[in-house]
Amino acid sequence: MEDFADKGLQVVVGLAIFAAIIGLIMLVVDRAPKSGREKLQVAGFLAPALILLAVGLVFPALQTSYLSFTDRNGDFVGLDNFVWMFTQPEALVTLRNTLIWVVLVPLLASSIGLAYAVFIDRARGEKALKALVFMPMAISFVGAGVIWRFVYAYKGAEQDQIGLLNQILVWLGQEPKQFLLDAPENTFFLIAVMIWIQTGFAMVVLSAAIKGIPTEIVEAARLDGASAWQQFRNVTIPTIRGSLIVVITTITIGTLKVFDIVRTMTAGQYETSVVANEMYTQAFRAGEPGRGAALALVLFLMVLPVVVYNARLLRKQKEIR
Amino acid sequence: MSTVPLHNDKELLPDVKDDATTGTPTMQKRVRQRLTSRGATAAAIIIAVIWTVPTFGLLISSFRPEDNIKGNGWWNAIIDRQFTLENYADVLSPGGSQSPNLLSYFVNSLAIVIPGTVFTLVLGAMAAYMFAWGRFRGKDGLFIFVFALQIVPLQMALIPLLQLFTQVLKFGDFQVLPSGTYAQLWVAHTIFGLPLAIFLLHNFIAEIPGEVIEAARVDGAGHSTIFWRIIVPLATPALASFGIFQFLWLWNDLLVALVFSGGGADVAPITQRLAEIQGSRGGEWQRLTAGAFVSIIVPLAVFFGLQRYFVRGLLAGGLKG
Repeated sequence: MEDFADKGLQVVVGLAIFAAIIGLIMLVVDRAPKSGREKLQVAGFLAPALILLAVGLVFPALQTSYLSFTDRNGDFVGLDNFVWMFTQPEALVTLRNTLIWVVLVPLLASSIGLAYAVFIDRARGEKALKALVFMPMAISFVGAGVIWRFVYAYKGAEQDQIGLLNQILVWLGQEPKQFLLDAPENTFFLIAVMIWIQTGFAMVVLSAAIKGIPTEIVEAARLDGASAWQQFRNVTIPTIRGSLIVVITTITIGTLKVFDIVRTMTAGQYETSVVANEMYTQAFRAGEPGRGAALALVLFLMVLPVVVYNARLLRKQKEIR
Repeated sequence: MSTVPLHNDKELLPDVKDDATTGTPTMQKRVRQRLTSRGATAAAIIIAVIWTVPTFGLLISSFRPEDNIKGNGWWNAIIDRQFTLENYADVLSPGGSQSPNLLSYFVNSLAIVIPGTVFTLVLGAMAAYMFAWGRFRGKDGLFIFVFALQIVPLQMALIPLLQLFTQVLKFGDFQVLPSGTYAQLWVAHTIFGLPLAIFLLHNFIAEIPGEVIEAARVDGAGHSTIFWRIIVPLATPALASFGIFQFLWLWNDLLVALVFSGGGADVAPITQRLAEIQGSRGGEWQRLTAGAFVSIIVPLAVFFGLQRYFVRGLLAGGLKG
């Protein structure tokens, strides 16, 4: 109990210090002399966020870029870490897996999410049906890891199975299988978990977009005798294109950075590692910060096209406004 | 909820009449439509089942006695019907070093997440307000830069940020953000949450009618008055939805916790403890299932309780991107 009181005190002190800082900023900003007041006020509001971002994201990103050219002693080694990444078999497996992840997860999560959104559109109990598929969004990757390791759990053929998937295999007259150990298909069983989590997000956003399609267009298509499939292809898809791009972009970024699922389900063993996990392993477990930094940099370069594309969209939008 | 099926019934009625008067061609069409919609319903049900059963299985298991969990599948609980709360008592109780001791980590999660969410919300809203209504040069460029920071992978920032906390922000023996407390986690989470917070809140705050703000300015109100008296009350829905988002993310985080918490029962969150139990004692399903549910319960409660705001926040950010 004493322990909890101590923790509570930490939280209260933390919040109090934060409130004091904000209060001080507001006070200074209010009492500023008339000349240059606007500038000082702008600075007062922006400075805390911008300083944190500069210190916590911009500067580290630059430093990591430099670190990627050094070895474990901090000596400059040029491109050695990148050569390692693109030549060592185990590092290549990591890159290959990341590519498989980043193709499959956005594709399948968005398609299943879209299909589900269309299927249950205006159905009875739509909200409840949505909540069921959306729920995994609230579950942590670690929690999802436990849930799915249980689904994949393996016991010898002569024993009762406790994992649902192996029991289904047994019911179908097959041998039970080590889902998480057998490469290369184990990567796909990890990917299934990520799809399970992300589909709900795609479904909710796309469902809202579908509801936003003007009814006149749908009516017109129906009067022209378009089949359900034709309506879907020629009316629904083009109209919700913007939302579809947003969904795929968001899931792609999330997938590139995925770490927890691999970490908790296989710890990257049995040829299942991905770049984000390998980066953690190299930098914080193997004592190779240079290699870890190089992996992080490659991750950044993979995300970069997505950034550029989105920033362009944003700029266009600002111009319209 | 009740209006949806009613609406459908009305639509069906004229269809039936048409059918009776015009004969076979429409009849055929209707049959085909029925079939596709039946297939769609079946597919939707299959998806809903696949998305729900893994979590359901884990929930059932967490209430089964240890021998039953390890001996046979959770679906056997329909027949053996033995349930117990022992698993939960075991993982929550503060036993020796062998015990999962989850209650302590649960408190840590709350102590990390609540200030982390508050800090991000306040600083994010202040910056978002200036980006929306402040007058200074280079505003749009700076805003797009901040947006782009959203996509710098955390992995790139972790190593330098840890060095900064432990080596730079240190004067003699005095650490500004002491190790072994929550402070480092609060600051790290705030930094990583800011780009998205600023982006989403800006979208909402920019939509507030300009006349309201102009009128306050004419009355001589400064930025701090406008921000606290006008912006914060009007932007409450957006603040609430982003707050829920941030809360869920911080609660579910593992990577940041692994790097900054030090790993002990003093600071580390429940996700980290659960990942540890999985790694070291993956066979103890009675502890894993109950532990996973202890860690899931808060986000699930937040999710089901505040789903409406949560979804609205998703759309405010998602559809505009």
